[in-house]
Amino acid sequence: MAVLRLLAALGSGALFGLGLAVSGMVDPARVRGFLDVTGAWDPTLGFVLAGAVGVAFVGFRLVRGRERPLLEAAFELPTRRSIDRPLVAGALLFGVGWGLAGFCPGPAVAALSFAGPQVLLFVAAMLVGMLLHDRFAAPRLARSTHAPAGSS
Amino acid sequence: MSAPATGLLDYLPALLGGAMIGLSATLLLLLSGRIAGISGILAGVLRLPGGGGRAGRWLGNALFLLGLLLGPWLYRLAAGDWPTVRIEASAGLLVVAGLLVGFGTRLGSGCTSGHGVCGLARLSPRSLAAVGLFLGAAVATVFLQRLVGG
Repeated sequence: MAVLRLLAALGSGALFGLGLAVSGMVDPARVRGFLDVTGAWDPTLGFVLAGAVGVAFVGFRLVRGRERPLLEAAFELPTRRSIDRPLVAGALLFGVGWGLAGFCPGPAVAALSFAGPQVLLFVAAMLVGMLLHDRFAAPRLARSTHAPAGSS
Repeated sequence: MSAPATGLLDYLPALLGGAMIGLSATLLLLLSGRIAGISGILAGVLRLPGGGGRAGRWLGNALFLLGLLLGPWLYRLAAGDWPTVRIEASAGLLVVAGLLVGFGTRLGSGCTSGHGVCGLARLSPRSLAAVGLFLGAAVATVFLQRLVGG
């Protein structure tokens, strides 16, 4: 059972990475072409998103009919529903970074395996950004806002 | 939009690759009951095993990332060549962008995969808002860069 769990993680990760490679999502210039709506707009990414969300939309509905996942005791899904300040600020900061480089976390990690030192530089900075948040910003936010998670 | 002289067939790889991503997210949910959010999985691996979380969970996250790294190699096996990666940003810009992406995805609880693919598929109001905001911010950033850079 433990081995199956690990194989499931490895297999779904590999399919995800293959999808990123096939779709062109690992190419930052192509990503920025999609974001460049006033220039030579490249609609490719819209098709990637449509394919991914379309399959996941149907797939998730089929899976959610089950009482539990195949290899674990229970589903673990996000429960928060409120659109709060951290969500808004975080999404905006991420968007600026995504626009500047054309990389978001998935494609950057996938490209790390073959695409050279620039990708390593981006991923290293990204991990530092994550650590800065988790070590310093998150504890402060937890102290200043006492609203329980999952409220409203 | 001045549509380039291309057929819809040119977008077939994008649609197919996207479908693979959606299938991967569905498989992870079916097998492990979890959302395929890359920023959350990365953050899970940054926390060392045994540091509060279960060791099996850490290993699962790490193996998903290993699979993600192997994806382009599978592509190379099938297609005979690496996927195209064209990086326009300078080293300094890559560092700034990386810091923003890392910090922002943690603060906003997700990125293009967690909010963009899984969240939209679940019709989560938080994810709908997040996708609108990060897409808008990214479009505005590229637009401003064009203004400045000419």
